Amino acid sequence: MTAAAIETRGITKRYGSVQALAGVDLRVEPGEFFGLLGPNGAGKTTLISVLSGLARASGGEARVMGHDVLRDYREARRALGVVPQELVFDPFFTVRETLEIQAGYFGLRNQRAWIDEVLEHLDLTAKADTNMRALSGGMKRRVLVGQALVHKPPVIILDEPTAGVDVELRQALWSFIRRLNRDGHTIVLTTHYLEEAEALCGRIAMLKQGRIVALDRTDRLLKLHSGCYVELRLDGALPDSLQVLVAERRDDGTVRLGLPDYGGLENVLRILREDGVHIQELEVMQPDLEEVFVQIMRSS
Amino acid sequence: MSGFRTLFYKEWLRFWKVSVQTVLAPVLTALLYLLVFAHALRDRMEVFPGVDYVAFLVPGLAMMSVLQNAFANSSSSLMQSKMTGNIVFVLLPPLSHLEFFLAYLLAAVARGMVVGAGVLAATGWYAGVPVANAVWVLAFALLGSGVMAALGIVAGMQSDKIDQLAAFTNFIILPLTFLSGVFYSIRTLPSFWQSVSHLNPVFYMIDGFRYGFFGVSDTSPWLSLLIVAGSFAALSLLGIQLLKAGYKLRH
Repeated sequence: MTAAAIETRGITKRYGSVQALAGVDLRVEPGEFFGLLGPNGAGKTTLISVLSGLARASGGEARVMGHDVLRDYREARRALGVVPQELVFDPFFTVRETLEIQAGYFGLRNQRAWIDEVLEHLDLTAKADTNMRALSGGMKRRVLVGQALVHKPPVIILDEPTAGVDVELRQALWSFIRRLNRDGHTIVLTTHYLEEAEALCGRIAMLKQGRIVALDRTDRLLKLHSGCYVELRLDGALPDSLQVLVAERRDDGTVRLGLPDYGGLENVLRILREDGVHIQELEVMQPDLEEVFVQIMRSS
Repeated sequence: MSGFRTLFYKEWLRFWKVSVQTVLAPVLTALLYLLVFAHALRDRMEVFPGVDYVAFLVPGLAMMSVLQNAFANSSSSLMQSKMTGNIVFVLLPPLSHLEFFLAYLLAAVARGMVVGAGVLAATGWYAGVPVANAVWVLAFALLGSGVMAALGIVAGMQSDKIDQLAAFTNFIILPLTFLSGVFYSIRTLPSFWQSVSHLNPVFYMIDGFRYGFFGVSDTSPWLSLLIVAGSFAALSLLGIQLLKAGYKLRH
């Protein structure tokens, strides 16, 4: 069996009286685009910190590309690029210096060609010789992505990379990260934007209070939330027998019914026909990741 | 070791880029001390026999600047990186705790030496300071700045806020350096204060450094060397152990 890109076994982490991680087992295969979701304080950033060596686990084991993050920390860190959540920078240096220095920490010198390429992809070429202080927030974010990539790590972790980033940059960032994934990099992503995770991630783990409460392929997770929604606009009142299904009632007269499955739709249509109520508008909708997320967080 | 080289280079660049503040300003401060103290005390202060007070003062001021700047460099760099969060850039790469320690240490020593050389260059020429033995001068400059650089690493790791580090500087470093015999020979002090001065490790750094210039000192240069080297070893060991444990760095 080839080494997993990321593997954790029974990782626990306690800060004083707070149990940040309560036994996390996770395996991310090379080449995956993996999502790590969960509410604030669920332990996402702590887990990333344990993997990257910024925090030490209270118990359990963690490996990156088969290298133990403590015993074999040099190889583990070489295999990992982390884009931190906080917008941090060193105000003493220019963009190019920042990237050159970061490459140097990994033992890589004379990386001019590769750094030029990174700058180009992140649309930072024009700012290469600008001091970090003079950059906008979005540009600083892109430099952080660049810093995580300078040593060409096979595994890249992005901790909420699009928080507070405008739409245009978000799109550009994702197309770049998709490309990295196509080139064989393993991507692990945490985000608050669930539609991003739904669109990008092949598999998703959901964390709650330091535990994984769901872990599956994104399409299977979406199916977990059985049933569907139907939004109706009628020319008359909703029959009494359908009132129990109402999930939401809008001001414009639209009602949203929750159905256990698609078969339930037939029943709805039959009752409406029998009561002589005509349909003006009808839309059938699948639950999205947000609804699955809410359901899982409630039930676990 | 190329990760170490880069971290050292980064730490060097960090102070060199703002050398007006980090090098020129302390040289100017030392020059002002020299002007004021030389004018006020020249004829009143008895130092070593046959040594002019201004000439006596120059190595003291140079060493004080070396020590204060070595401490300031490692401590403020670490504390600022922790405060702004950019410390992650050096925690994520595969740098060992020893590489980390040496890079911060040597950059701080380098700043101390640059400032010390600046003070000597700016003041030594008109005071007519002899150099009896350059080896002692260099040995004490290097070891003394090493002590303060290592102490700076410990203080920088310990401090989470600017005022914590400022307290360390103002209540420990400044009194220790001021009361170490920079401005006077401790032989002129009452015997109680002479004994107290002997408890101050900075006294031995200044005294040994001065021995290199005049071939005379308040105490044996070998004893000074032993105490300074011992302090260096102890503080380095502490700094390395704290880094290894990730104290206040890796949570």
